[in-house]
Amino acid sequence: MFLYLKNICKSFENHGKKELVLKNIRLRVEKGEFVSLLGPSGCGKSTLLSIIAGLEKPTDGAVYLDEKPVIRPGKDRGMVFQQAALFPWLTVEENICFPLRKEMKKKEALAVAHKYLELVQLRPYAKYHPHELSGGMQQRVAIARALAMDPEVLLMDEPFSALDEQTRMMLQQELENIWMETRKTIIFVTHSIQEAITLSDRIIVMGRHPGRIIKEFSVNIPRPRNEYLHEFSAYEKEIIQLLKLEIEKKEEVDSSYAVSS
Amino acid sequence: MQLAVKRIIFFISVFLLWELLIRVMSVPAVVLPAPSDIFLSLKESVADGTLFRDLSASFFRLFIGLLLALFIGSALGILLAKSKTADETLGSVILALQSIPSIVWLPLAIMWFGLNEKAVIFIVILGGAIVMTINVRTGLKNISPIYIKAAQTMGSKGLDLFFRVMLPASVPYFVTGTRLAWAFAWRALMAGELLSTGPGLGYTLKYASDFGRMDMVMAIMIVIALIGILADLVLFRRIEQKVRMKWGLEQN
Repeated sequence: MFLYLKNICKSFENHGKKELVLKNIRLRVEKGEFVSLLGPSGCGKSTLLSIIAGLEKPTDGAVYLDEKPVIRPGKDRGMVFQQAALFPWLTVEENICFPLRKEMKKKEALAVAHKYLELVQLRPYAKYHPHELSGGMQQRVAIARALAMDPEVLLMDEPFSALDEQTRMMLQQELENIWMETRKTIIFVTHSIQEAITLSDRIIVMGRHPGRIIKEFSVNIPRPRNEYLHEFSAYEKEIIQLLKLEIEKKEEVDSSYAVSS
Repeated sequence: MQLAVKRIIFFISVFLLWELLIRVMSVPAVVLPAPSDIFLSLKESVADGTLFRDLSASFFRLFIGLLLALFIGSALGILLAKSKTADETLGSVILALQSIPSIVWLPLAIMWFGLNEKAVIFIVILGGAIVMTINVRTGLKNISPIYIKAAQTMGSKGLDLFFRVMLPASVPYFVTGTRLAWAFAWRALMAGELLSTGPGLGYTLKYASDFGRMDMVMAIMIVIALIGILADLVLFRRIEQKVRMKWGLEQN
């Protein structure tokens, strides 16, 4: 087994009260798999991703990558955030070279950067600065930057949610192509049901109060999936049903808070 | 273009009106010199080279003082941003010092260094360093956490993180700090020279005042203003705007 989350719990102090954000998350991810974490806001899916990245520590439990426990951020886990998080003082190619500069010479690093710019179809923009690119292009550079350090896993935290609809669809398509080409393991956090069905091998549906896994789906539709509307909508219906229960439950919790406070 | 034309017309009419009023009401030059007198005095100091001698003396002090101020300010700013204890103790002293105009230190500085260059340079350093410190501290404290997180996931930490991410991320604040330090240092320099010894623009101004040469006083005031405007608008604001745009803090 490749990536293993062993009984992850996470709680925060909130106004002196302990709030359980993640409860007993157990998950295995195989090499080369495309897994989505899907759930309403507040289900802890981004926190879970941060824990896998090593940016946050779990209150209890542990993450294992290739049998080794994850304790801090590292280059074996590349991360793409909701904002591109490119460094504005560097050009596009320098941004991609950022994680490479320690282990290789400038020339080699540039060659790698250009290869991955090719992959996201932005080779002509190597010398541009981030502020000269559109949001979608910036996000593609961020993906290239994460891939260029050749990580074991690519972690993506709602990477397309700040983009407009057309750009989002284009990038989903592109990400699918990149995944098929590189066969990287990808863990993809999203709140969009369509996005999860379009892209993933497996969808982990999460609920809230506390954040936990409520169900797993393997998506058995041939790719590209937009040609299989019937199967697609069957999955969609089932997940909507599942999340609806979750959101209704959440409203009950909210109103009980409202009464008690 | 429109703007430049408007301004030129405005200034010409102000000077013409000024000249006219002085002549019609025959105001003595000791009270308020006419623009033509000021111009003649300016021409004279250019011709006999005193203006350039004063300028180079003033700029020498400014250059040394500002350079040291930027260096000290950056170091202190980094210290305050990185150490909570330093921020809570030394930081409060710096904030208190900020409310003292640096020229107020001159009597002490003269006691310490004597009535010479060093005392003036000390005033210039004080004027520039404090505002630089505050800007550098703010810059480092306001780095968007997303840059830090992104760098960490790319294996950057410790000194590498500081030099390759945190410092460059706060460059816009360094630039603003430098612009403000220049402005403070320039004012401190003039005040210091006015109360200390020469040569220098401030000293010559004082000298002219002692002899009742208000035309020369105003000529030097105009030179001081021109240098201030040129440095601020032509040099620092442009750099600042370019940097802020590149760093994505402003759209053009």
